Amino acid sequence: MEKTILDVQNLRIRYGGSTTEAVRGVSFTLGRERLGIVGESGSGKSTVGRALLRLLPGATITADMLRFDDVDLLSLSEKEMLKIRGRRMSMILQDPKFSLNPIRRVGDQVAETYLRHFQCSRREAHEKAVAMLEAVKIRDAERVFKQYPHEISGGMGQRVMIAMMLLADPDLVIADEPTSALDVTVRLQVLTILDGLVRDRGIGLIMISHDLNLVRNFCDRVLIMYAGKVVETLKAGDLDQARHPYTQGLLAAQPRIGGTRQPLAVLDRKPEWLEENA
Amino acid sequence: MSVSVEVRNLSISFGAGASAVKVLPGVSFSVERGECFGLVGESGSGKSTVLRCVSLLTDFWKGEVLIDGRSVRDMPLIERCRTLQMVFQDPYGSLHPRQSVRTVLNEPLVIHKLGDREERIRRAITDVGLPVSFLDRFPHQLSGGQRQRVAIARALILEPSLLLLDEPTSALDVSVQAEILNLLQRLRNERGFTYIMVTHDLAVVDHMCDRFAVMLRGEVTEILPHEAIAVNGASHPYARELIGASLEYEGIR
Repeated sequence: MEKTILDVQNLRIRYGGSTTEAVRGVSFTLGRERLGIVGESGSGKSTVGRALLRLLPGATITADMLRFDDVDLLSLSEKEMLKIRGRRMSMILQDPKFSLNPIRRVGDQVAETYLRHFQCSRREAHEKAVAMLEAVKIRDAERVFKQYPHEISGGMGQRVMIAMMLLADPDLVIADEPTSALDVTVRLQVLTILDGLVRDRGIGLIMISHDLNLVRNFCDRVLIMYAGKVVETLKAGDLDQARHPYTQGLLAAQPRIGGTRQPLAVLDRKPEWLEENA
Repeated sequence: MSVSVEVRNLSISFGAGASAVKVLPGVSFSVERGECFGLVGESGSGKSTVLRCVSLLTDFWKGEVLIDGRSVRDMPLIERCRTLQMVFQDPYGSLHPRQSVRTVLNEPLVIHKLGDREERIRRAITDVGLPVSFLDRFPHQLSGGQRQRVAIARALILEPSLLLLDEPTSALDVSVQAEILNLLQRLRNERGFTYIMVTHDLAVVDHMCDRFAVMLRGEVTEILPHEAIAVNGASHPYARELIGASLEYEGIR
């Protein structure tokens, strides 16, 4: 593997007021590749993503190592973190309806990324934003620039979000369920655009999802999380050869096109899964 | 215990005057007794609206909806509710946060003046695979899958013949989805329900439904048997695109 962008060792996260840890010793490294994190709701996958950007106020984050490129994320002050967040590391959120500001034009929101992180004129930021909107295949970008979030569709909103997050040319993008709010046909378009940009620019991508088909098709490597731990790490292409019973259970629980229509396998959760570590 | 459904030329507009939006220009399809019929299409195509019209939750539509040959409009409210029941998409929003499971299940029995309440409540909760001790829980003490089971139990307690399912599993994890789909399939085998199921997941359609209609901007473009999914046997361009995208997404090219 090429240069490591992110090195996480024994990451533990405890939310304020909670007696148990939401994430219990997660370790992984990331190069310029596409890494999927899958698991059920409550398995701690989004918590990991948010911890990397230090977006968990009130939570206690500890780790033996939490290194992004050459910086130690745990020792940074909030002021220093501001220079990294959105500039070198950014996050695409699930639902454009809730994550875009409803009372600001979408173009201004995209341009803000550039204005904040680079010394430039408004006009230059505007041009950059329009070019980026075109790069995410939005037709008539000048018109969309002036629209408000309620005037654009969900698929377009998600592309605006991708444009916003890639504008500063980050080294690492964390996509948290980037397409689960979208229809299948639109979902594929959005994923293909994201995939193309990430490859062209050599960005490291962490794709957080509950959807096994998505990570199978759009990631290189997959971590499977259960109850705050990584139970298995697989190459995306080898997902069907999963050895851990939890991963096998998730795969078997999925209805498939052309399947037998027999009752689906149901997960039998074993208490010992809580203790293992991959 | 099962009924046929016939929807003829169902049309509805929201809004009035110049700003009126025709959401369904004229939908027709028929569902046989004991069939599981799927409605698929992108968001905003009017799938859920069809269910709301059939159940008369929205009642200002034109056209005809016949249940076993009788118009739903001619059915008295009490009879209609005993014939058809609906399960909604989001189990976090469809249960009253301050009512226990027992209260939720008891209310329809009181309204419909049914006897043996305790017995019926116990049977309904057992039918959906939850322990009787759950009757005294409140929604916040249940997981998403358990809530959806309670919503299904609430629909079943009146022993309806037609279940309208509006994306019953899309808010749930695959592992929990499998449990709910198995439950729905088992109940259908045991009781011969007729289902109309709205979903955006063609794998679920192929697993559950006999036939399905592909909707686009309020119109039914094509009605296909579920076998058509795996081979993409659709002829309408949009239906082909939708099935093609789903196959691609599943990695079956």
